[in-house]
Amino acid sequence: MNRINKCFESLSQKNKKALISYVVLGDPAKDVTLPVMHALVDSGSDIIEIGVPFSDPTAEGPVIQRAHERALENGSSLDEALILVKKFRETDVNTPVILMGYTNPIERMGYEKFIERMVVSGVDGVLTVDLPPEEAEVFNEQLRASNIENIFLLAPTSSQIRQKKVTNMAGGFVYYVSLNGVTGAANLDVDSVKDHVSSIRALTKLPICVGFGIKDGVTARAVADVSDGVVVGSAIVNKIADLAKLGELDPLIYAETVSVIIKDIRDALDK
Amino acid sequence: MSVNFDQMPDESGHFGPYGGRFVSETLVYALDQLTSLYERLKDDPEFQAQIDYDLAHYVGRPSPLYFAERWTKKIGGAQLYLKREDLNHTGAHKINSAIGQALLAKYTGKKRIIAETGAGQHGVATATVAARLGLECHIFMGEEDIRRQSLNVYRMKLLGAIVVPVTSGSKTLKDALNEALRDWVSNVDDTFYIIGTCCGPHPYPEIVRNFQSVMGREARQQSLVQTGKLPDALVACVGGGSNAIGLFHPFLNDKSVAMYGVEAGGFGVASGKHAAPLNDGVPGVLHGNRTYLMEDENGQIIETHSISAGLDYPGVGPEHSWLKDLGRVNYVTVNDDEAMAAFYTLTQIEGIIPALETSHAIAYAEKLAKTMDSDQTIIINLSGRGDKDILTVAEIDGISL
Repeated sequence: MNRINKCFESLSQKNKKALISYVVLGDPAKDVTLPVMHALVDSGSDIIEIGVPFSDPTAEGPVIQRAHERALENGSSLDEALILVKKFRETDVNTPVILMGYTNPIERMGYEKFIERMVVSGVDGVLTVDLPPEEAEVFNEQLRASNIENIFLLAPTSSQIRQKKVTNMAGGFVYYVSLNGVTGAANLDVDSVKDHVSSIRALTKLPICVGFGIKDGVTARAVADVSDGVVVGSAIVNKIADLAKLGELDPLIYAETVSVIIKDIRDALDK
Repeated sequence: MSVNFDQMPDESGHFGPYGGRFVSETLVYALDQLTSLYERLKDDPEFQAQIDYDLAHYVGRPSPLYFAERWTKKIGGAQLYLKREDLNHTGAHKINSAIGQALLAKYTGKKRIIAETGAGQHGVATATVAARLGLECHIFMGEEDIRRQSLNVYRMKLLGAIVVPVTSGSKTLKDALNEALRDWVSNVDDTFYIIGTCCGPHPYPEIVRNFQSVMGREARQQSLVQTGKLPDALVACVGGGSNAIGLFHPFLNDKSVAMYGVEAGGFGVASGKHAAPLNDGVPGVLHGNRTYLMEDENGQIIETHSISAGLDYPGVGPEHSWLKDLGRVNYVTVNDDEAMAAFYTLTQIEGIIPALETSHAIAYAEKLAKTMDSDQTIIINLSGRGDKDILTVAEIDGISL
């Protein structure tokens, strides 16, 4: 059984909500990400999502765009994301890790090679923002054969036919985008999230997690009440950006700082 | 293999392996909506009549097919004909598609228009049609391009558009497109995206091509009437490729017509400083479609260089990628300095100031004509006029205006 499925099963038994934390690989320096990943786990994250930097991240708001730019400046790449996860697995064999990114770096590496390397590294899921089901059929089959979950987004604009199509192909969990917008936008509408989540719930047994616009314990709690978990990205990346402005710092300072945010959200979720 | 070019793209928007729809989920709904609207309207006589009326009375079509006699004599070889898109309202071919897309926007009832622009020609065309229809208009433009094309920026502002400077990435056309896509995701309910070239997710490459194909349909008819035959060759510059696909498409099934798409060679393909993905790129995925791209070994899109802002783009319309692989169209390059020389030639010999983008096609046509006989003809798409580039040219000449 894939780590993602195991994780949700165990959360559900404990009646707990999932906390998925997102950071961009190599932001702001290559040696920061590994200690940050462990800190995210230690402070209460259930699943780690690694943003793979891309030169043209069209779904991202300014906060995560800048993170991609910082990471690209030091040469971070898909290749290094795979190396990073392998290192992470040396000391953490249980926490699910997802790679979130864009199609082109994968296309460049080659889909089959990418999957082989994910298997070797211990990656559990992949979320490719600009690869909708229509373009992902072959890739999806290959992922399934390798026991890697293909995670898809659903949006407020997704019709019911669309919800059906996406949930049919989706694995791991459904990532519901809480708003029409880019990552880090502020206009979260919990009632709308509730309606959409229940309509998706009728179509699939997969857990449904909500992302985009979760910035603290309060918003996380509100969204978790109507879903199976939350994805926190810009709130973490924003703190990293603040630290990056101070110049070169010990990676442990980044690790401690993100822990504070995650502990706060974890507490709110577990209340 | 025999291909019917009129039946592409396929239903899912693919040209062979290229094209498609690589977008985040939020946009799928808007693209589905646009696809079904366009499918419903494209053969609707009333819709077509409105387009034809606007093209005739607002844009000023048909544009002439002009025999450049002095230029032909100077070069020696094939006869050179110019499809005069520079004479359109707003000074370039971009208006052909902007008019059509704006009419689609009107049918959707959306009141807010967005567009990206490189050289500013598409921005001006969009701002123009938005003004005419009383729609709110936001134009995304790279900071670097705003500097290079200040005249067009001012024109857009005069027309009532809000010009939004884009400061991310290379601050040029590709980044303007990223920002337009982000805006569209955020405002998808009330916003219509008028895309400038035959790129982007399905159905945009098809829509833009079909609206721009008026150039090729006219040129084909004009050639038959004026020369009694089809042309032997077509030449057009290729950035995203809308002026080229618009001229080429109605001729694709005419096997005798050779076609040349001219990419920006910048400082030369060997230098790496260019914008020629079809000559020196690999297939990949950017801005919603699979096509040839300029990228590094990690799949990151790299910065391009061209003297002309309108060609300074790391991708190209997916149909061009397919036509390249099929061998139906030859894709070649012309460097900055060759384009500049052609700019002067046409200006001084024919009294026509071409855009720097167009100058790439002019330069290649000169090379090609010399290899052909004097009873053969070449049609060059004079895609835009060069007034907007005068400051750039003066700067190169060391003249301050």
